[in-house]
Amino acid sequence: MKHPENLVYSRSHEWVKFIDETTALIGITDYAQDALGDLVFVNLPEVGDEVTSGEPFGDVESVKAVSDIFSPVTGTVAQINEDLLDAPENLNEDPYGAWMIRVEHITDKEELLDAAAYIAFYESEEE
Amino acid sequence: MGSFLPNTAQEQQEMLEAIGFHSFEELFSQIPQQVRLGELNLPAGLSEMQALERMEELAQKNRQFRHIFRGAGAYDHYIPSVVGSVIGKEQFVTAYTPYQAEISQGILQSIFEYQTMICELTQMAASNASVYDGATAAAEAVAMCRERKRRTAYVSETAHPEVIKVIKTYCYASNTEVVMIRQKDGVTDMDALREALDEESACFYMQQPNFYGNIEDASGLAEITHGAGAKFIMGCNPIALAILQTPGECGADVAVGEGQPLGLPLAFGGPYLGFMAASEKMVRRLPGRIVGETKDQEGNRAFVLTLQAREQHIRREKASSNICSNQALCALAAGVYMAAMGEAGMTQAARLCVSKAHYLQQVLSEAGLSPKYDRPFFHEFVTVARGKTADILQALEEKGILGGYPLNGDEILWCATEKNTKETMDLVASVVKEVCS
Amino acid sequence: MKLIFERGKKGQGCTLLPPCDVPEVELPVPMRGKKPKLPHVSENELSRHYTELAKQVHGVNDGFYPLGSCTMKYNPKVNERAAALSGFTGIHPLQPEHTVQGCLEVLREASQMLCEITGMDRMTMQPAAGAHGEFTGLLLIKAYHDSRNDTARTKIIVPDSAHGTNPASAAMLGYDVVSIPSGPDGCVDIGKLKEAVGSDTAGLMLTNPNTVGLFDKNILEITSIVHEAGGLTYYDGANLNAVMGLVRPGDMGFDVVHLNLHKTFSTPHGGGGPGSGPVGCKAFLAEFLPGLLPVPADGGLCMEAPEHSVGSVKAFYGNFLVVVRAMTYILMLGREGIPAAAKNAVLNANYMMQKLKDIYPMAYDGTCMHEFVMSLEKMKHEIGVSAMDVAKSLLDYGIHPPTMYFPLIVHEALMVEPTETESRETLDEVIAVFREIYETAGKDPRILHEAPVKTYIRRPDEVRAARKAVLRWSED
Repeated sequence: MKHPENLVYSRSHEWVKFIDETTALIGITDYAQDALGDLVFVNLPEVGDEVTSGEPFGDVESVKAVSDIFSPVTGTVAQINEDLLDAPENLNEDPYGAWMIRVEHITDKEELLDAAAYIAFYESEEE
Repeated sequence: MGSFLPNTAQEQQEMLEAIGFHSFEELFSQIPQQVRLGELNLPAGLSEMQALERMEELAQKNRQFRHIFRGAGAYDHYIPSVVGSVIGKEQFVTAYTPYQAEISQGILQSIFEYQTMICELTQMAASNASVYDGATAAAEAVAMCRERKRRTAYVSETAHPEVIKVIKTYCYASNTEVVMIRQKDGVTDMDALREALDEESACFYMQQPNFYGNIEDASGLAEITHGAGAKFIMGCNPIALAILQTPGECGADVAVGEGQPLGLPLAFGGPYLGFMAASEKMVRRLPGRIVGETKDQEGNRAFVLTLQAREQHIRREKASSNICSNQALCALAAGVYMAAMGEAGMTQAARLCVSKAHYLQQVLSEAGLSPKYDRPFFHEFVTVARGKTADILQALEEKGILGGYPLNGDEILWCATEKNTKETMDLVASVVKEVCS
Repeated sequence: MKLIFERGKKGQGCTLLPPCDVPEVELPVPMRGKKPKLPHVSENELSRHYTELAKQVHGVNDGFYPLGSCTMKYNPKVNERAAALSGFTGIHPLQPEHTVQGCLEVLREASQMLCEITGMDRMTMQPAAGAHGEFTGLLLIKAYHDSRNDTARTKIIVPDSAHGTNPASAAMLGYDVVSIPSGPDGCVDIGKLKEAVGSDTAGLMLTNPNTVGLFDKNILEITSIVHEAGGLTYYDGANLNAVMGLVRPGDMGFDVVHLNLHKTFSTPHGGGGPGSGPVGCKAFLAEFLPGLLPVPADGGLCMEAPEHSVGSVKAFYGNFLVVVRAMTYILMLGREGIPAAAKNAVLNANYMMQKLKDIYPMAYDGTCMHEFVMSLEKMKHEIGVSAMDVAKSLLDYGIHPPTMYFPLIVHEALMVEPTETESRETLDEVIAVFREIYETAGKDPRILHEAPVKTYIRRPDEVRAARKAVLRWSED
């Protein structure tokens, strides 16, 4: 399981890639996709929607479950990855390539972890 | 008393003892005494023969009409014999929802076939496995179209009153505002619709043919609805779909309807089935069961319940509908009906309905019952004769004929189907003539 | 096998309708362009197609069917005969009342008998299924609070063991769902319930026996906690089979109840419907009931809408023919047969549980009611055999698996409801099968992972079905 060094991670298993101070891409981690199993559908917000740190912005469906995806930042949705709507399997196959939303005008964010801290976090959670 | 218990009293005692109980009293000791019931205040149980006699006695208290000229939401069509034979098969009758695909392929495939036929009939992208009836299908369709910023539902006054009532009840539940669009001369007032819709409108529901039998300008209504950015829901009579412009052609976002005309008996109002079909974009908002095709681990074609994450058992309070059951056995009947009729038979039934209804309107008119509207209609139409409704229906009843549905003291809503012969229609006209003259 | 569309050929069909005996009329309106592609098959081919499909379905008569929470009891044949009487099937729902007195009597008598069984005062037959009944029952609760201008009641309390329909139904009414945890004994945690209720409580939805198969002995305290907070209590009748004729929801302090005639009252499930979900209520809620109710008038019966009816939840009067079946069943069982059925249902469940619990850990200790829940968590952990594997293995023995992965609060759950209509011989045979599967799992778990192998298809690929949804047949 890989967790790139250039990203930061939330405790609810999303990754964040800051493009600049107030703009970021958000997706789910390799750990998350592995735990969720084969994903079959993604519900994403609309461009222009506000997202709030710690609150769900969408969800992902496996055959037998649906799981909320939480936003680690507060801001406005600038773009959604429409490819995922037709190919949700990208989340399983390439979790760090398959970003879900691009958020701009970020005004707030939760405390995020670097790769090493994130690995330590989920390993402690598993125990 | 019958209770269909295979275990004898002695066996029950042996079973109790085998698991460490002396009596049923002990087995039920977890139920507090305060809530226990003494004895039910019900009659003693009957033998099968007695129970059936009682039900027969009740059935005989009803009057079954040989000739029916009443529709208004429940239609007397010919049901091919093969329909009853198929839906009487024990496996179809007794199985549960097909959760275990490996031992439910028969039900799953029959629903997949049904979905395909509904798609063909409506020319929509996808159909669900059916819902309770046409009225709940309409109410569920309204719920499908509700969005965060678009919350008002518009409904044509020309829709079936029962359907309107059910939509209103569902909308009362979900705090959705319902605005009625008035009618003008027996069809939806298009100007009223245009004026009413705005950027908060979720959808517009109309019925084709409408409650009065009149054929609406569905594509015109769809255009107005879409012009305001709202969704267009079309309630359809499935027999009429064989020949009339389809929801797909009209650009409907959701097509729904009462499936009873597709091989189900009148049965005092149920069970029937509601069919629901959606455009490509709306597929994932469909409520209820949907069957999809896939492969098993050996690569064989297989069918399963799919897109289940939409549904209540997974999405719980976030599901848009709580529906679990469909009307599988009724959908099976509809599927067998459509397969038996085929395209030719469905078209023939639709054309017979049209021709017979027009003949009936003509002979009634000659008998003194003038048509209320001068408009194209399918198999229902309204007549007017001041104060004559009760007398006409009474006179027909005496001849063993169920006349049209009384709208009020002056107006009657008539219906003719392929089952009504020229001879009977002439008889109806002569009875009416006697009353009217 | 072939789809119906892949059979027959153009030109084939059935001869069903006569030629037109009146002048043919062309409509002056836009007609459909493309004809519908419906099957073109002769009747014998059609008939065989469905016979072949029927062979691929496990019905109640094909073997043991212990689907928990679904009460797959035997469906008496006399029910079908009563429901096929032409004096019922041939009746138009909008006939004059004096011509449908028999139908009205069925509705009235069935609802009276079901009121007696549930301890309720009035009942509507309009809801078509259990979930529809839940929706209807909650409508009564909403209408009641609205009628008192008590609009701050926005929450419905549901235990975490509840079936998914409970929260989904509450959400349809715009209620917020408050989930309260179950105690270690599987029953409602009274302390947590007390914390949860308040002036915003619209009501509580509960089944008793609950979804883990236990009777909540604190039921009177539970319902009175909710009542004291000003909320109403809703009884989900999914599990009534365990207690009918022994305990009544009305006597447990419930205000509203829905029944599943297709579970408790032996009407067949039809592969997923039609069911029937009558809703009964205490007298103070009767004015809000939907639809029309039969009432005495002029020596007969007439239909009347309750004074402050919430409207209609379905066209006409419900799934009438299902009510006919249930009534026939109740007539046959009568006052002694109903509790006798419940007792035997509970006996059968306990018998099976006791004979399996040494190898299959039960989620909760003690005596169960009509069903029990086993947890295969340990097996999954130790040898990698899941609840799913055991379920699929049962298929190879001709047994319908129990309900899998429900309730959600039990991991690797299998929920077994044998029902009262199974004999001891059948139970003993099934117990032996469960034990054999357990042994196989220990020796060669691969056999279970591979199961089923004797069914018409092997395990289907559900991920593929959901990702690339194919929801209809097309020619290419």
